[in-house]
Amino acid sequence: MKMNWKQSTFLAAAMALGWSAFAASAHAADWGAYQVEDRRSGYTYMTDQTRAIQNDNFQNPGMLWVEQGADLWSKVDGKAEKSCASCHGATGESMKGVAARYPVYDQNLGKMQNVEQQINHCLETRMEASPYKWESGEMLSMTTFISNQSLGMPVNVSIEGPAAEAFEKGKAFYEQRRGQLDLACKQCHDEFPGGIIRANTLSQGQGNGFPTYRLKWQKVGSLHRRFRGCNSMVRATPYGYGSDEYTNLELYVKWRGRGLPVETPAVRN
Amino acid sequence: MAKNVKPRVRVPKTAAKGEVIEIKTLISHIMESGRRKGKDGKLIPRSIINKFSVTFNGKPVFEADWAPAISANPYMSFFAKVDESGEFAFKWVDDDGSVYDSKASITVS
Repeated sequence: MKMNWKQSTFLAAAMALGWSAFAASAHAADWGAYQVEDRRSGYTYMTDQTRAIQNDNFQNPGMLWVEQGADLWSKVDGKAEKSCASCHGATGESMKGVAARYPVYDQNLGKMQNVEQQINHCLETRMEASPYKWESGEMLSMTTFISNQSLGMPVNVSIEGPAAEAFEKGKAFYEQRRGQLDLACKQCHDEFPGGIIRANTLSQGQGNGFPTYRLKWQKVGSLHRRFRGCNSMVRATPYGYGSDEYTNLELYVKWRGRGLPVETPAVRN
Repeated sequence: MAKNVKPRVRVPKTAAKGEVIEIKTLISHIMESGRRKGKDGKLIPRSIINKFSVTFNGKPVFEADWAPAISANPYMSFFAKVDESGEFAFKWVDDDGSVYDSKASITVS
């Protein structure tokens, strides 16, 4: 068959495309539960060594916070002389599923509540104790312990009804350029996951592993700490821990990772 | 004494005579290197665990000197051959002189 120039170029391009598609499919890893449609947990962007730390319950240093949280769970505190266990049972089993569906809209408070905010709400109103500071050892232990109860459950937040407004605000935050670098969350996490940002691998920015043991932090940290870190790195002024802005963003980020398993305590670099 | 220090060890409950077993340990500790500066610009004083040692029925089986570059919450695992039932005793020595310890027994058949 004799081909003209255009036809042969087309054929060569088609062959190149076909070949690259074949190569990509040959290397596509099966991430099991860590991937839902095109949504991939941060787990899939880590090295084998980092994943091994997370997989081994003993080696995973985040489990230290789970243990401390279990101790705190039954510790009596406040004027009402109650502990979490007084109402919610001796084990944390009643907390199963909480991390998968929070943040939720609270009718009485008229706002979105995430796990940290709900813990402090309980502490203040039911136990009549002083609230935990956001990134304190107590708060991290308690959130890690509670979220760990939902380990493996798919993230399933509601964005219906009263939560819809928060969802829209969170989405707008995610897409809004900010800071001196003029970058929106989505410009890294939607457009370049898998790429290298300085010495770190970009993930899709899913929130399913939080609170996460980050090797860089050498400890467990909350999702809002991560938000603050990202915001200051694009040289924007970060919002406060537990601010409405971040709670709305948390709802949107959790929704982005819908169906991914709760991995608390995940291990990331 | 550093805060919230809690050792964890994992030793198999049983083993065959002469078997080589893996022993895993983890301890929560800040392992502050002494080279970082705080918000006030001053060095944060060093506070690490500098020695880790293990004995089996009183005889030393493993020992390590730890340095400031070791991460927080250090994990350490090692292998040992067991010929008799007995007890592993683990000891971590802090810079400030505090000693954290833990024990685990194994039945060898």
